Amino acid sequence: MSKSEVDAGDGVHRGKPVIVDRYSLGARINHWITAISLVLLGLSGLALFTPVLYPLTGLFGGGATTRMLHPWIGVVLFLSFLGLFFRFFRLNLWERTDNVWMSRLRDVLAGDENKLPEVGKYNAGQKMVFWSMSLLILVLITSGVVIWDQYFSSYFTIEQKRIAVLIHSATAIVAICVWIVHVYAAIWVRGTIGAMTRGQVTGGWAWRHHRKWLRELVTGKN
Amino acid sequence: MFTPVANPTTKPVPAKFGEQDLIRRSASKVTPPAKRQTEVAKLIDVSKCIGCKACQVACLEWNNLTEDVGVNVGVYDNPHDLTENTWTLMRYTEYENAESGNLEWLIRKDGCMHCEDPGCLKACPAPGAIVQYSNGIVDFVHDKCIGCGYCVKGCPFNIPRISKADSKAYKCTLCVDRVAVGQGPACQKACPTQAIVFGTKDEMKQWADHRIKDLKSRGFKNAGLYDPPGVGGTHVMYVLQHADKPQIYASLPNNPTISPIVEIWKGVTKYAGLAAIGAFAAIGFIHHAVAGANRVSEEDEKNAERLTEGRQP
Repeated sequence: MSKSEVDAGDGVHRGKPVIVDRYSLGARINHWITAISLVLLGLSGLALFTPVLYPLTGLFGGGATTRMLHPWIGVVLFLSFLGLFFRFFRLNLWERTDNVWMSRLRDVLAGDENKLPEVGKYNAGQKMVFWSMSLLILVLITSGVVIWDQYFSSYFTIEQKRIAVLIHSATAIVAICVWIVHVYAAIWVRGTIGAMTRGQVTGGWAWRHHRKWLRELVTGKN
Repeated sequence: MFTPVANPTTKPVPAKFGEQDLIRRSASKVTPPAKRQTEVAKLIDVSKCIGCKACQVACLEWNNLTEDVGVNVGVYDNPHDLTENTWTLMRYTEYENAESGNLEWLIRKDGCMHCEDPGCLKACPAPGAIVQYSNGIVDFVHDKCIGCGYCVKGCPFNIPRISKADSKAYKCTLCVDRVAVGQGPACQKACPTQAIVFGTKDEMKQWADHRIKDLKSRGFKNAGLYDPPGVGGTHVMYVLQHADKPQIYASLPNNPTISPIVEIWKGVTKYAGLAAIGAFAAIGFIHHAVAGANRVSEEDEKNAERLTEGRQP
């Protein structure tokens, strides 16, 4: 008997088409806060990262305000992501079938999901996004505190701050790339955005992409 | 005696250099002026310094700064470190010279070195917040400073300080406002022993040679000039009695360079980072163009309906 692939709040409604509840209101609000703060952090961070994008500071009311706001938005993101982490980590635990999915990335990218093992609530790609973001955000908040001079300048040496600022910028780049993959996947796989906005997807979407999850929802057992 | 900079005229004179003489501007590209101004330098002769702190007072006075009343912890250094208000600081070291058996009181006037290759300017993300004039002066432009503290990380000498009052970075300006109208820096003007002299960089090197010869004749065989090549030379130089061991002068760096971490951060990370972001976005577009949208089919919806109705999909 494998573990349950269903979260509390997931449900299925008969009809034409079948409608499936994927994310609760709480989970969606939590994700929206995370999403908005991540975008703001990306814009303000890139503005301070390269002179080409410095004009982005205008969105935040100038360079000094950008410098002041960025770390606070980081705190919001960290706490908000912590919420997502505890909501989602159980169904993102890695399983043996995820290795099969990863080894057939060619079929995934071609959209031939019939050739892949049936997927639970999250596929291996989604799990990779989840775990890499968890790790990256932990590194970002830690290195971010070291270079948050307004409050913590006296706790760290200049050499530590140099290392932290390099780690912070390199990690942020990786996080932005992971974010691009995440957003692209949501756009490429049509019918996904509804999960983020209304919390619902169609039965066909669930059948096509997360069949194991749908089967368990319908039968009520795994 | 070095001929000091003459007293200036009391009539207003136009500035000798300005925006058109910038050779570097933080986070921006400048077209360097066709003709570089004569490089200036301040020479600090540690062997002549009597530690009177007149330079510190002159700096506070000219720049209209006030330092908080501090606490005496049993040393002469006052305040204990450079601050946003103390742009120059006498650092006192008691050095036991094992060779001669003498106790030497080494007094180094710390402050911005005005590097030819300034690490602060390289690290600064705000366009125009740090500028370098063709005469070698590196200056902070406070209305453009955003207070991020990157200059602190870029500096190999630990000089800039961020003000707790307005969150902007401060350091010695080499009295850019005085030099622009033909005067020497305030500290130099106030120095009673000519331990601080100011002129063109060539003049200062010549004067240093003369001083080093004198020191060598007095038994300081390692006397020499501190003009570190790792930062392209500096526009504030020291004559040291023991130029082979700069670190004994209150940790003056032996061979200062911009930290390689800062070089990586401001160099390869910036370009590779933007390239990576661009590449990921491009791959997305190409994949979508080639593979097309991943759409749910009629068949998928039907299968889901059959499944929910308990029929075989």
